[in-house]
Amino acid sequence: MSTLLWGALPYIAFALLVAGLVWRHRYDKFGWTTRSSQVYESRLLNIASPAFHYGILFVLAGHLVGLFVPESWTRSLGVSEHTYHLFSLYGGTAAGVLTVLGIVLLIYRRRTNSPVFRATTVNDKLMYVVLLGAIVLGMIAKLAHTSGDGYNYRETIAPWARSLFTLRPRTELMEGVPVLYQVHAVIGMALIALVPYTRLVHMFSAPVQYLFRPYVVYRSRDPRQLGPRPPRRGWERTDA
Amino acid sequence: MRPMAQIAMVMNLDKCIGCHTCSVTCKQAWTNRSGMEYVWFNNVETRPGQGYPRRYEDQEKWRGGWELNRRGALRLKAGGRLHKLAGIFSNPELPEIKDYYEPWTYDYRNLTEAPLGDDFPVARPVSQLTGKPMKIEWSSNWDDNLAGAPELAEQDPMVQRLREQASEKVKFSFEETFMFYLPRICEHCLNPSCVASCPSGAMYKRTEDGIVLVDQDRCRGWRMCVTGCPYKKVYFNHRTGKAEKCTLCYPRVEVGLPTVCSETCVGRLRYLGVMLYDADRVTAAASTADDKALYEAQLGVFLDPEDPAVRSAAEEAGIPHDWVEAARRSPVHALISKYRVALPLHPEYRTMPMVWYIPPLSPVVDALTGTGHDGEDLDNLFGAIDTLRIPLEYLAELFTAGDVGPVRASLGRLAAMRSHMRALNLGDPPDASIAASVGMSGTEIEEMYRLLAIAKYEERYVIPTAAVGDARRLEESALPDGCSLDYEGGPGMGGDGPFGQDSGRRRLPLVSVENFHVLRRRQTTDREDT
Repeated sequence: MSTLLWGALPYIAFALLVAGLVWRHRYDKFGWTTRSSQVYESRLLNIASPAFHYGILFVLAGHLVGLFVPESWTRSLGVSEHTYHLFSLYGGTAAGVLTVLGIVLLIYRRRTNSPVFRATTVNDKLMYVVLLGAIVLGMIAKLAHTSGDGYNYRETIAPWARSLFTLRPRTELMEGVPVLYQVHAVIGMALIALVPYTRLVHMFSAPVQYLFRPYVVYRSRDPRQLGPRPPRRGWERTDA
Repeated sequence: MRPMAQIAMVMNLDKCIGCHTCSVTCKQAWTNRSGMEYVWFNNVETRPGQGYPRRYEDQEKWRGGWELNRRGALRLKAGGRLHKLAGIFSNPELPEIKDYYEPWTYDYRNLTEAPLGDDFPVARPVSQLTGKPMKIEWSSNWDDNLAGAPELAEQDPMVQRLREQASEKVKFSFEETFMFYLPRICEHCLNPSCVASCPSGAMYKRTEDGIVLVDQDRCRGWRMCVTGCPYKKVYFNHRTGKAEKCTLCYPRVEVGLPTVCSETCVGRLRYLGVMLYDADRVTAAASTADDKALYEAQLGVFLDPEDPAVRSAAEEAGIPHDWVEAARRSPVHALISKYRVALPLHPEYRTMPMVWYIPPLSPVVDALTGTGHDGEDLDNLFGAIDTLRIPLEYLAELFTAGDVGPVRASLGRLAAMRSHMRALNLGDPPDASIAASVGMSGTEIEEMYRLLAIAKYEERYVIPTAAVGDARRLEESALPDGCSLDYEGGPGMGGDGPFGQDSGRRRLPLVSVENFHVLRRRQTTDREDT
């Protein structure tokens, strides 16, 4: 069981993520969209959506720091375990609260606004269950272990997560981890696997290139369709 | 000089009878799908009126188009790149469907399936968004023919701006109203702010013909283009989550056919043709400090295809010969640059729009005739153009950012044309001073009259085919002589993909294309073999 959950599941999730992204990119670029429902309802979305998205971005950053920055690095910077815990507790809780408020408002909007609800697919509902589950369980796991220095996941979960990259997962590290954290991790992996098959795929099209491209984009007609084709090599015009 | 070609349109508003045939045929051709119920790539508005979507011209609210920053450089009115990305999780300036109108259908089944009763069964309107019965309160042409104008037309942003400037009131009482129709499609701008707003880079302007399109495979549904377009002519398909817009019927234009809206226009008021312009001058022209100088600035961007220097530069820039020839015969170029009767719609948005309008003289003529005057006497007309100040200033708000001069000049030429042609038709010698008073010669006026009044199909639509000089080859098939995949680096050259011949490649649809020029040649030629 332990091998399945902590040794195989991460790789399965990762494989599903990558394979799904490749599949989507090759065969379903048309379906790759945010599928925004803002044209139906704008007022609530203008509050809830930025709250949720900024919240979840902070949560993501927190997870990256927590899992992939070893304890020895922060200690060498002079950050004690207690300081780190307080930082992670308050920072994480703040981001989490923002996220939860955002998603609760978004789900409320989705359920009560009838055009939005009609535009919600089964796929969306499944995604919302997993997403909300991952977020809420994460919050509960964190807040259930606040006494003292809290649960120090940086001695168990984080080294396990890092060991995944070396292809020698140290599954034994996960055995003593509190159940709440374990459930959160499993749902999190399910969420990662789901991303390419749901509307969450839009996270991989964050349009950073917009900052660097010229404003007006020009394109030529596809030469394979009608019209002049580019000259073949050796047949270019002499004065060109 | 960097010449580029653009397919542009001119609409003669005097001829528009507001029949909505263009809108309906366009809808049937392009937006007759779920998710697009509320979308009209072509719509006809009655002005003064709020337009579609409601009050779309109020850019303080919708933030469309460009503005100048403190240094005098262009920036998107909805905010720069960083601002856009920071606000990508929602778009506060996005119109909701209700700003257009809530689409509906009718419960027709009830007509046949209602149980026997005392009342006649009715087909109730049912919202296509919620599926529930609804009360119809607005639509794309709710205020057609000034319906409800005393209440609704006050909300026209252009009327409100006039009110701020001039103390005299725009009148909506029955005896004093005026109106005309304004058909609108995408402007296919030279400096498109929708393209500039698209974070994904999915929107583009085609280099060959300047048509602005959305790549459906790259659109990610960020909705910034809807805000970016000041004319609100990019729409969000709420089923697919992608932006869609007027394509200027590019599959038709590529084979030499006019757009559906032009083809079906009952009043024959649309003209299509090629404009050559200097791409290097676009940004400078769009950055002109004075709003009122933007019309002249855009005229300065266009190139004269009669100029040999322009023609050789166009040839060097790779513009096919028959496109340059088409530009010389272009009715659009004649109306915009030669006779200067066509004007751009809202040049103050700084997008350099390419669908231009000949302002309507008919409200003026009607007003004159209605008061018992001779509506075609030049002095009467000139006097009336000036004294009927409201239409003139209102037109100026639409077409020249409020500068009355160009509108007056355009109407003056149309008025002179009426007087000149009346003399000809009555067998009188035309008064040369009439033409001279608007800076034209008698022959020029007669040429303009021919173009505006009796131009036939092939004079109104001068569209070079995309397949340059290959019209013959296109007669029966979209396929060229060789295999169309057989180009340098193409699949025809490269052998098979990893999983067989078609692996990972999209196949070309094999369609037989009948094009207008071929059809005409076949039907009018004497030779049997063509």
